[in-house]
Amino acid sequence: MITATITLLLIATVCGAILGFAAIRFKPDGDPLVDQIDAILPQTQCGQCGHPGCRPYAEGIADGEPINKCPPGGEATIQALADLLDVEPMPLDAEHGEEKGKQVAVIREQECIGCTKCIQAMVLVQSTIRTWYTDKPTSLIELIATDRNPLNNTKENAA
Amino acid sequence: MNEYILLLIGTVLVNNFVLVQFLGLCPFMGVSNKLEYAVGMSAATTFVLTVSSVATYVVHSLILAPLGLAFLKTITFILIIAFVVQFTEMVIRKTSPLLYRVLGIFLPLITTNCAVLGVSLLNISKQNNLIESFLYGFGAAVGFSLVLVLFSAMRERINLADVPVPFQGPAIGLIATGIISLAFMGFSGLVAV
Repeated sequence: MITATITLLLIATVCGAILGFAAIRFKPDGDPLVDQIDAILPQTQCGQCGHPGCRPYAEGIADGEPINKCPPGGEATIQALADLLDVEPMPLDAEHGEEKGKQVAVIREQECIGCTKCIQAMVLVQSTIRTWYTDKPTSLIELIATDRNPLNNTKENAA
Repeated sequence: MNEYILLLIGTVLVNNFVLVQFLGLCPFMGVSNKLEYAVGMSAATTFVLTVSSVATYVVHSLILAPLGLAFLKTITFILIIAFVVQFTEMVIRKTSPLLYRVLGIFLPLITTNCAVLGVSLLNISKQNNLIESFLYGFGAAVGFSLVLVLFSAMRERINLADVPVPFQGPAIGLIATGIISLAFMGFSGLVAV
């Protein structure tokens, strides 16, 4: 009984140790091409291309999928992808949606329910809740979330 | 040499794991919808079956049998098979991304393929030696691949056929399996196993 338990435990330990070692030794490097494509995509994770997020679409492109399925990225992304992959740029595939201009979300404080989505959006433009007030993004267009009506404070920004 | 060839033919055709011994029916029905998937699954199964057949034989003859722990073989074999599959997946992922793309999603599935455990246990009960274990595992895998690829090609055709409503889907698949199984009975007596 004791021999059985010890033997089984030993076999399991050896297997586990080898697997643990292999997990470090054979760690995948990741596909550098997929990383480069993923860096160009706008990271909106909107799913309009038919993939669950930007990275799956990047993997799809690396596998030879058309590069024109990303409406949020628009022409600029298609051009960048065409340069990276050395293919002809093509017009945006209308089947997946149209390119919209950059949008500004305005926070209406009276209706705020504290969902923190605006703070998450700020992380996207690489500023934090602290720097947001002291060090405003210079161009209004890059500001994704704001607590002020952008029409009122354009002057302030310009100054 | 002759007996090894006979063993191989015997496992592939006469004692076919899927159609005669009815092991591994789950992936057989599950992955046979598309020829492409069937080929990937076949390749992955061939690899895992052969490796795990040898690995379990080695563990049994070097560790379990000398210690008189043969009764532990089922649980140990499950452990070894899971380990071999996981390890193989890691190595393939690192060394050959192309192969990983073909086999990748099928490899973890094979852990639960009862044919893998079946081969390992039958190796012991048939008292195969190392080379016989290797050939038995490989033969079982080739037999599995053969019927899986044949059957998936057939299912692609069945999907285009006008099947009566009560028989659509898995029902007609199982009936077709039964008919192929009958056909494989014709091989019995080819090799005395």
